[in-house]
Amino acid sequence: MYQYDNYDQTIVNERVEQFRDQTRRFLAGELTEDEFRPLRLMNGLYIQRYAPMLRVAIPYGLLSSKQMRMLAHIAREYDKDYGHFSTRQNIQYNWLQLERVPDILADLASVEMHAIQTSGNCIRNVTSDHFAGIADDEIEDPRPYAEIIRQWSTFHPEFSFLPRKFKIAVNGAENDRAATQVHDIGVYLVKNEDGEVGFKVLVGGGQGRTPYIGAFIRDFLEKKHLLSYLEAIMRVYNRYGRRDNLFKARIKILVYALGPEKFACLVEEEWEKIKDSALVLDQAEIDRVKTYFTLPDYDPDADKDHGCEEKQKSDKAFRDWVRRNVKGHKAAGYRAVMISLKAPDVPPGDATDKQMDSIADLADQYSASEIVVTHDQNLVLPHVKQGDLYALWQALDKENLATPNIGLLTDMICCPGLDFCQLANAGSIPIAMQINQKFSDLDYLHDIGEIKVKMSGCMNACGHHHVGHIGILGVDKKGVEYYQLTLGGSAENDAAVGDRLGPAIEKEKVAETIGELLQVYVENRIEEERFLDTYRRIGIKPFKERVYATANNTKESNSRGVKAVASH
Amino acid sequence: MRVIKDNHVVEDNWERVDELENDGPLPAGQVIIPFSYWRDNREQLISSGKTVAVCVNGDDETDEVARDLEHFELIALDFPKFTDGRSYSHARLLRERFGYEGEIRAVGDVLQDQLFYMQRCGIDSFQVREDKDINKALGALKGFSVKYQTAADGALPVYRLRGSA
Ligand code: SF4
Repeated sequence: MYQYDNYDQTIVNERVEQFRDQTRRFLAGELTEDEFRPLRLMNGLYIQRYAPMLRVAIPYGLLSSKQMRMLAHIAREYDKDYGHFSTRQNIQYNWLQLERVPDILADLASVEMHAIQTSGNCIRNVTSDHFAGIADDEIEDPRPYAEIIRQWSTFHPEFSFLPRKFKIAVNGAENDRAATQVHDIGVYLVKNEDGEVGFKVLVGGGQGRTPYIGAFIRDFLEKKHLLSYLEAIMRVYNRYGRRDNLFKARIKILVYALGPEKFACLVEEEWEKIKDSALVLDQAEIDRVKTYFTLPDYDPDADKDHGCEEKQKSDKAFRDWVRRNVKGHKAAGYRAVMISLKAPDVPPGDATDKQMDSIADLADQYSASEIVVTHDQNLVLPHVKQGDLYALWQALDKENLATPNIGLLTDMICCPGLDFCQLANAGSIPIAMQINQKFSDLDYLHDIGEIKVKMSGCMNACGHHHVGHIGILGVDKKGVEYYQLTLGGSAENDAAVGDRLGPAIEKEKVAETIGELLQVYVENRIEEERFLDTYRRIGIKPFKERVYATANNTKESNSRGVKAVASH
Repeated sequence: MRVIKDNHVVEDNWERVDELENDGPLPAGQVIIPFSYWRDNREQLISSGKTVAVCVNGDDETDEVARDLEHFELIALDFPKFTDGRSYSHARLLRERFGYEGEIRAVGDVLQDQLFYMQRCGIDSFQVREDKDINKALGALKGFSVKYQTAADGALPVYRLRGSA
């Protein structure tokens, strides 16, 4: 993985000192809360419902075991022994003291980590495919480009006070595993007719209260022009993006107000003027960065060990786990192992210090010391020998990290919601708990198969609800928590924004309603169809009818339910 | 009034005039007039042969400002709120694209923690907000010793430095 040189380390170290000084000035009253806010935000620090929250950057989700141990240490030393992996492939700590944040940043810097630009109206941490480097559908490893973008965007003098936050994703494979189309800029590595690899670029994707799938504005961009082209997009946005209304300030609003063609013209016009400047990316730098993303030395005999196949026959629990949590790999005899952070009794994405330490140990033992964070809030051990699967499974199981539910109903994406977040309208973690309680039968979950449930506690959509096969959005109706369901969203190659099912439902009805939706699916599915496929074939009507027909029949009991929620 | 200029705190007499009837007369003395005033009275001001100082805001088009650079002794860039970053683009374009060599001054909500970015974009004088300690702000100009990317300060991007090491 990437290793800092002197330049990288100097910047991070100087940042620690700068933030130490800013924090000191704030605590001494030299900076008002308003003046301190954007400074702390550029460093990932929010003031939340109960305590400050710090978001630590994990560029493109990649961690070494050493870094994971540091994350465990921070959870233990400065927080309540756990951290929360977010949909941005980052980690958040929820219970910190402001005065100690500079020390945390210093600890992070000692393992080449930081919290730079994890929030605020600037270019955020770049995200990518969690199978980067090991996927067999990969055109080229996206991470070197994500790293190059990370460096270019760090403390960019022109683009540090944008109209709004700005997210860039890079995907290098045929299949989009980075939710690329719902980013402000999405970059795909593609091959042109001459076999040359370059980029295809889209802009204006985004979630939030007005979700958009991005529009392609360039089909092929030579690698050397990556930064100049990004800079042209950023400049058009910085100059013309709306600043009068917070809710209309994302680039998607500008792109769709002008029309993607017009926007593309403005970008091309600007780009023409800067494309041959110092922004040209030399092949030497691309090659230099690439050398950090080489693969470990794989054991050429790894595919000869078939012990695990025998174990699968005799051990159903192991078999279930392999079926759901073990994924393909381009090296013969190797697998990518998903570590589920969605155990039924735990808020989605949370891991304790002890779990993080164990994962670090297991990564050392079984996965070339590498760990990847996924945007659906799980972890990956990317280089596991098939012969090691059984031992690894046992070790994970001991730590409550082997729930065999990857891609299933209970592998939900879930934002922190009302339990932590200042902006929330409703809880999301309690809904996750409710769903886990209702759907505890693993065989049923396996039968339902792949389904993506995504949940946000307000329209900011941190839980990606618009692109869930089933999306759940918390809303507030006169102080009572209600939930708006959407169906048919997707963040993959077939990206789509979900359709609204109907009026929001009461809190205690959410899991039950999902049960009804699944029933409609089971009655209608053809062969191997997933929930999403059936939905796309039969449309929303049968689902709507089922849910609201039952709702009308049980009006009596409903009114009791609402009272119970109100007093909650 | 004191401003930061060429890395020092100095006394300065330029005065920004915000409220100016667009058909009224040009006030006397060292005044910074709104760019819109210049636009509306352009012919007349040019024929008077005077050089002036203009204040450009985020809504103005850089291209339009660039037409008349030879007449501007100073260009002030307005930061109505420090979170409004449009003038960073103005500054870079004026320096890098249009080759303006006169003074570019940041005015408005100008605070210590933005000076480093401003300077990198080509702003070379700073009217720090009045209630702030200008001497302390001066120290912040140094910012980071490493710059990843190129800007109007001519810094080579780090990848060029690595290549030559
Ligand atoms: S979606 Fe809303 S409630 Fe959830 S984390 Fe984001 S801002 Fe908070």
